[in-house]
Amino acid sequence: MFWTKKDLLGLEYLTQEEIELILDTADSFKEVSTREIKKVPALRGKTAVNLFYEPSTRTRVSFEVAAKRLSADVINIATETSSVRKGETLIDTGKNIQALKADIIIMRHNCSGAANMLARALDISVVNAGDGWHEHPTQALLDIFTLKEKLGKIKGLNVTIVGDIAHSRVARSNIWGLTKLGANVTVCAPEMLLPVGIEKTGVRASSSIDEALKNADAVNVLRMQFERDEGAAFPEQLDYFKRFGITGERLAKAKKDIVVMHPGPINRGIEMSSEVADGANSVILEQVTNGIAVRMAVLFLVAQAREAKT
Amino acid sequence: MWRIFFAPKSMKEKAKILDQEGINRAIMRIAHEIIEKNKGTTELCVIGIRNRGVYIALRLAECIKKIEGKEIATGALDITLYRDDLALASGQPLVRKTEIDFDINNKNLVLVDDVLYTGRTIRAALDALIDFGRPKSIQLAVLVDRGHRELPIRADFVGKNIPTSKKESVEVHLQESDGSDEVLIAEKE
Repeated sequence: MFWTKKDLLGLEYLTQEEIELILDTADSFKEVSTREIKKVPALRGKTAVNLFYEPSTRTRVSFEVAAKRLSADVINIATETSSVRKGETLIDTGKNIQALKADIIIMRHNCSGAANMLARALDISVVNAGDGWHEHPTQALLDIFTLKEKLGKIKGLNVTIVGDIAHSRVARSNIWGLTKLGANVTVCAPEMLLPVGIEKTGVRASSSIDEALKNADAVNVLRMQFERDEGAAFPEQLDYFKRFGITGERLAKAKKDIVVMHPGPINRGIEMSSEVADGANSVILEQVTNGIAVRMAVLFLVAQAREAKT
Repeated sequence: MWRIFFAPKSMKEKAKILDQEGINRAIMRIAHEIIEKNKGTTELCVIGIRNRGVYIALRLAECIKKIEGKEIATGALDITLYRDDLALASGQPLVRKTEIDFDINNKNLVLVDDVLYTGRTIRAALDALIDFGRPKSIQLAVLVDRGHRELPIRADFVGKNIPTSKKESVEVHLQESDGSDEVLIAEKE
């Protein structure tokens, strides 16, 4: 099994085997971060550019750490202070980065499909670090990696995703990845935030959190993006916590070993209580650690694929 | 007639250089030599290079335990990320796990591989080991040395020297990975 794609745009476009190759490669990379010298020379002489059109600290830093542990050089472009402000188009920016002989662009963009468009226009690798409501493939991969590490498998697991399903690229990528690997996915959200026809993606929908947690082996709690509040359709914070917040009381009724995940940053007291966030079922900080291994695997594979092709 | 017709080209004319007993004896002899050279097992550890070097390293540790009655630390090293041909268009190697669960600082470390050929794998392994610490010494044990070095590297312990031509391939089969113990030499296509 070889990796042949120059880009990672979304889990929708990957086969089960490709997803498993990333997970297995990440498993090998995890050890690098435990060494005295946390670095391997695999991407020495390669340049990765972080191109972020949306504010992000954790994803950007995670990619930067991953690239540096592979010995790649990393350049961060914050679009607020770049020529994007002068009206340069995305593709022109991409072509300029390519002309600098960079090898990989890691992009976060607020428009769905931006990474796909950039990848088509360039010869160098594009890794999607989140595009609009579309996909956030490395987040889903690290969620799945963490689940597999905790529970030993993905096939047959009952995984519940709670939160703003309609606007969440993390949910979308998780649904693609988990269903391809054979998990049973339940999505749970206020009716307003459950897209009509979501069942067509092979998931079960529910608007009762207690019902959705019953029999779940894991729950992935999405961040409610109140900063993107769109008025009437959005629930009030306290009301949301009352109806959907993950509390110790709710967990007590679920499976004893249920794995609790969150992509961060957590809104404590809105998506989950502190008791749960810091509790024994929570793997939230392990997700952060695993994110580095997963992103190392992705950067390594896309860089190698490019070379196998040219 | 049928055999010739169906035989894959790359598999013709295999000669068995070592059988199971031969491999066992070679590993036992190397174990004795390692103990002799290191004057015992203090600060001794063995680390095998993935894949087959790991199995040979574990067998060496087993033999050393039989002789001296002491357990020694063992580890597994994957050198993919240190390969000098990683940047070449030679396909895509699978990255496997490195497992060294002990401190290698000030250890007498025996690095183990199945076949020593160009020496490039060992060069990569040395680079990788240095990232884990500063061993007191690194010694090299191989089951087969087939010659044709491209780097200034030699083995301290050799199971069998097999003079080969570059047109030949040496295949080491081990129970753990291939279901049988044998070393074969074959003419490459």
